[in-house]
Amino acid sequence: MLKIKNLHASIEETEILKGIDLEVKAGEVHAIMGPNGSGKSTLSSVLAGRDEYEVTAGSVDFLGEDLLDLEAEDRARAGIFLAFQYPVEIPGVSNINFLKTAINEIREKRGEKEIAAKDFLARVKEKSKLVGLEGKFNNRSVNEGFSGGEKKRNEIFQMAMLEPKLAILDETDSGLDIDALKVVSEGVNKLKSPDNATIVITHYQRLLDYIVPDFVHVLANGKIVKTGGKELALELEEKGYDWIKQEAVKA
Amino acid sequence: MQAEPVAAEKAFQYNRPMDNQNKNMASEEELLEEITSSEYKYGFVTNIESDKAPKGLSEEIVRFISKKKNEPDWLLQYRLKSLKVWEQMIEPKWAHLNYPKPDFQDLHYYSAPKPKKQLDSLDEVDPELLETFEKLGISLDEQKRLSGVAVDAVIDSVSVKTTFKDKLGELGIIFCSFSEAVQEHPELVKKYLGTVVPSSDNFYAALNSAVFTDGSFCYIPKGVRCPMELSTYFRINEANTGQFERTLVIADEDSYVSYLEGCTAPMRDENQLHAAVVELVALDRAEIKYSTIQNWYPGNKEGKGGIYNFVTKRGLCMEDSKISWTQVETGSAVTWKYPGCVLKGDRSVGEFYSVAVTANHQQADTGSKMLHIGKNTKSTIISKGISAGQANNSYRGLVKINKNASNSRNFTQCDSLLMGNKCGAHTFPYIEVDNSSSQVEHEATTSKIGEDQIFYCKQRGMDEETAINLIVNGYCKEVLNQLPMEFAVEAQKLLEISLEGSVG
Repeated sequence: MLKIKNLHASIEETEILKGIDLEVKAGEVHAIMGPNGSGKSTLSSVLAGRDEYEVTAGSVDFLGEDLLDLEAEDRARAGIFLAFQYPVEIPGVSNINFLKTAINEIREKRGEKEIAAKDFLARVKEKSKLVGLEGKFNNRSVNEGFSGGEKKRNEIFQMAMLEPKLAILDETDSGLDIDALKVVSEGVNKLKSPDNATIVITHYQRLLDYIVPDFVHVLANGKIVKTGGKELALELEEKGYDWIKQEAVKA
Repeated sequence: MQAEPVAAEKAFQYNRPMDNQNKNMASEEELLEEITSSEYKYGFVTNIESDKAPKGLSEEIVRFISKKKNEPDWLLQYRLKSLKVWEQMIEPKWAHLNYPKPDFQDLHYYSAPKPKKQLDSLDEVDPELLETFEKLGISLDEQKRLSGVAVDAVIDSVSVKTTFKDKLGELGIIFCSFSEAVQEHPELVKKYLGTVVPSSDNFYAALNSAVFTDGSFCYIPKGVRCPMELSTYFRINEANTGQFERTLVIADEDSYVSYLEGCTAPMRDENQLHAAVVELVALDRAEIKYSTIQNWYPGNKEGKGGIYNFVTKRGLCMEDSKISWTQVETGSAVTWKYPGCVLKGDRSVGEFYSVAVTANHQQADTGSKMLHIGKNTKSTIISKGISAGQANNSYRGLVKINKNASNSRNFTQCDSLLMGNKCGAHTFPYIEVDNSSSQVEHEATTSKIGEDQIFYCKQRGMDEETAINLIVNGYCKEVLNQLPMEFAVEAQKLLEISLEGSVG
């Protein structure tokens, strides 16, 4: 589904990603872990198409398309969803209106008709249950006045509504208490299918108790320095990141 | 004992240094370029034979207008007195605006479509005129059938067609052109004309009082709730004709009326001067809701040729009455406008909700005036400014609470949204409170439309234009919510058109 080859990216002429290689297949869950400043969030931003970042080398293939050639909105329409680390507030725009606009715009580009109000509302009802929202936020402005946990749940709710092929969760666990973490993880797990894939970016292994990854990658200094199964996450939790950094230096 | 009046003046100039330019900023530049180049949608000229006065302003011209309109002597005297007052006045210079001074002797002060025979149905209306309405999306027929809106269409100062009059007549509601009111209800016009905005109020009000040609008149009798939204479409149509509209709305005791005013104008090379006066009178326990959508030609990319809009709008509130102004303004090259309320009666309420969009070289110095005279009076001002391109958008508001207006309250919120870094937003609030039992609150924010917000929307599959529309509509929601339903839809469309082509 996603093939990243030798990806280099910089912001304001500082190179952050220094040759990432990663392949994600349908049905898989990949966790990307790493210390602060290792390039985790840069990777998610580059994949989502934020224009502050400049890709200086490498390629990203998504479902046979050159992802780097697409505008951010076209990537979203192709099925990439980013759950933001810091979801943005949009005052005066209700959650429901925001989602309806997004869904209809995606449908329009695919040459489909606007979603019927009835179908849309049914979907809202069904998906909001997944994250324990039950329509609570529908008429509130997008993320405005939401607590940290509510914002993250709202991200997962949006993800459920948009049904992406590849979801990238950028530090979705940060700022969540254990109950919220469970709700969010359950939501993600329920959305998992053989046709979609998830990249979970996280700092702590805690989230991986709930969202069990098929692969764990350790990112350090802009490169993936180690890849393993879920047990790698436990090892990291125990030993910290230093030994990996040292290994990376030796290599 | 009189408290010291407090005068506050603040100015915000958005002027970000250009040194942190990156790719992102470049796309923003393009975005602004796009906004600047989006063309005025309603630029066309309807050719209707006109009957106009020679250029210039003098006693003769005033007499000509009055005679042309077959006015009673008291009105002619009113005009002549206003002309004298105007001649003594000088143009105000205090606004945060920069424009060439209009040459008042180089304008036509009267122009009217030549009167044809009396019309009984829309079929008899000049087809070209109907086409004009079509282009504007205002089919009178549609309006009549679908929304139950009574439309009094004004093209260049003379009412062409008034609809729904019979229906309103049954309730005793008078809704007609100003000239018609002068002929048929002179006692009402004489009683109220100039009582809210006297000729001597300001330069443009004096000018208007001397040379106004037509406008709308509305009277709601005691205890009557007007069952439909009253609506007038104004259109400036004759080259080089200053438009001097006069509107008078009187809501008698315990009555209610919602009045809509919407405008567009064709493209022009010369600047067109518009100096209207709108007077609202809400008698005891009456309520007037006055909504405006203004989309006059803003000028071309260089800011040339747009309309100069110097308007005086004011309402007088008697006991327990309420006047609410709502406006969405996207047009004009220069706007100078401060709809206000004189809260004379105890417990009266004044409200002002405004969205003002300025793009390219547009300039707006606009806001509201709330004058608290009665006890326990309340006022609310919600002003949302949006600036793009090299536009300047200023909020100027006066809240004055008199010594005897005890326990009065005002809440003011003025927000400015900036798109790009060449535009300016300014806030000039004047607050004067002369008693100690009243309460005044003022909140002001200035924000820039966020790259983060746009990216967030894009990541959810929206293109940039949709994202900006969504964000802007959200920002204006408090004001748009005040508009009657069908007008709100129109206003949203207008905002979209104004910001069209903003894709970077």
